[in-house]
Amino acid sequence: MVAAVSGQPVARGMRESLLHPLVSMDPSCNTWDMYGNDFAPADASDGDLLGQVEAAEAALRAAADRGRGGTAAPDADPEAYFADVIDADQKIEPRDWMPEAYRRTLIRQIAQHAHSEIIGMQPEGNWISRAPSLKRKAILLAKVQDEAGHGLYLYAAAETLGVSRDELVDLLISGRQKYSSIFNYPTLTWADVGAIGWLVDGAAIVNQVPLCRCSYGPYARAMIRVCKEESFHQRQGYEILHTLAHGTPAQRAMAQDAVDRWWYPSLAMFGPPDGDSTHSAQSMAWKIKRFSNDELRQRFVDMCVQQAEALNLALPDPGLRWNPERQAYDFTQPDYDELMRVISGDGPCNRQRMEHRRRAHAEGAWVREAAAAYAAKRAGRKEKVAA
Amino acid sequence: MNGPFEFTVSLGDDALVAAQRLAEWTSRAPEMEEDVALANIALDQLGAARLLLTYAGELEGAGRDEDALAYLRDDREFRNCLLVELPNGDFAVTMAKLFFLAAYQLPLYTALAGCADERLAAIGAKARKESAYHLDHAALWVRRLGDGTEESHRRMQAAVDGTWPYVHELFAADPAAPVDPATLRGDFDTTVTTVLAEATLTRPETGWTPAGGRDGVHTEHLSYLLAEMQVLHRAHPGARW
Repeated sequence: MVAAVSGQPVARGMRESLLHPLVSMDPSCNTWDMYGNDFAPADASDGDLLGQVEAAEAALRAAADRGRGGTAAPDADPEAYFADVIDADQKIEPRDWMPEAYRRTLIRQIAQHAHSEIIGMQPEGNWISRAPSLKRKAILLAKVQDEAGHGLYLYAAAETLGVSRDELVDLLISGRQKYSSIFNYPTLTWADVGAIGWLVDGAAIVNQVPLCRCSYGPYARAMIRVCKEESFHQRQGYEILHTLAHGTPAQRAMAQDAVDRWWYPSLAMFGPPDGDSTHSAQSMAWKIKRFSNDELRQRFVDMCVQQAEALNLALPDPGLRWNPERQAYDFTQPDYDELMRVISGDGPCNRQRMEHRRRAHAEGAWVREAAAAYAAKRAGRKEKVAA
Repeated sequence: MNGPFEFTVSLGDDALVAAQRLAEWTSRAPEMEEDVALANIALDQLGAARLLLTYAGELEGAGRDEDALAYLRDDREFRNCLLVELPNGDFAVTMAKLFFLAAYQLPLYTALAGCADERLAAIGAKARKESAYHLDHAALWVRRLGDGTEESHRRMQAAVDGTWPYVHELFAADPAAPVDPATLRGDFDTTVTTVLAEATLTRPETGWTPAGGRDGVHTEHLSYLLAEMQVLHRAHPGARW
């Protein structure tokens, strides 16, 4: 582990904002200042998701202002106190008592989210060197950097539950913990960078916006910050596709091909259908999860249909049509057998993604060892001076 | 070289090629924090490159913008120094390259901030703050690796020895340029001598001094770097992105 790497704006203040409910969390998204005014209106691309994040943030502040009636009295039943906090929509904080299964569920979920950010750098990173303009190169590089920042931020949130980042990284490297299966698909053209932004980041936000109201305080606060940045990423992806869809015939074909390949894997990001989901019920009761997989998937489809029209691109589903009775779109379900195959390791890029991460980790070992040795020498010298 | 266009292009090309190499580290750095830091530095270099190439295009007056200069010139038309186009090697080589580059760019941009050309002065004023951070970051790693473990010391010394020949090209005299690079050598030597000593590393003797980048005569590596960088842009002539 590298001790104190200097000049890391992302790492600095990370722990502080996770641990203190009222530290301001401005959306210091990397890519913010790279936007011109040359993208479509916000409501065409990100719906009201950013509004929902802001509402969750306001609710979080209001809950903090109401207070929780102090901490549990020394003789109080911790289990009853935990239940009261959940019932009152207050936040569980790191020092509070919590059921062991609640802690384990959160560690698994937050770690898998962190792993997904780190592995997710690869498919998009694949196009940094070939980005077709210097402006696009800068936006993409900043976006992938944001993902590294999210990974760090989420590992820090997991560490508040009493596990170390090194342990979690080991779980990823050894394949004992998973990351989002979507990153096991390849980015074959530049348009895939747009499709990932629009569909994959879009699906991620739909999944994550409710987590801004999660009962575990550090995770809720991390998700508010992550969602704000993700909504900019989604808008960038939309804008890439919009430019391609209104460009040359070859660019348009590239955009449609990317949407065709990424649509169903994006729908599968919401997980198996509700009947088959193993972790849902308990997580709902604990207010870690707030909506079912199928509810979120429907929300995503309804959002995308309008946006696809604005893009003038087709969603590859002949069964897609408005259902006035349900006030929602009917759609074809993704292939869940394929999802299970990819989760179990047989997607197009599982081996490549893991090999890449393992190699980076292994090739960096001598650097981490050197940093630790240098820090130890410095500490030793300081002690000598002090003595 | 000489003339404000050639001068501005050469600085822009240094920054662009450095950014392209640093960005190759994305998702491959030894630590996640370092992934973020290398991307930061790559973004700074890319930002400076865009400002410099845009301005170069205006100075030239032939209607070329930053993308025309970055994507539609061949390697023989690039004016970057050889140092930045060398492959990344291991982390020690990357840090040696970055350290030498930043130790040159910091006094360069500082001098540029006081030059008569207002646009170049503004770019210099912005970029020198970034260079100060790059130098700080690279020097910290040179010290850590030089004075870390036996293996890291060996790798860092090898990296310094391997890249040292390429620094001399940076300071070739050009009295007509807005900033004469020869005037920057003193600052560079002071920085390098201090940091290498702190890092328990030996400063190499000067022998072989390869050059040619400023005249468009590069190493074999640049053509490959450009082939990758330019492939998509060139496959769709005239397209907007």
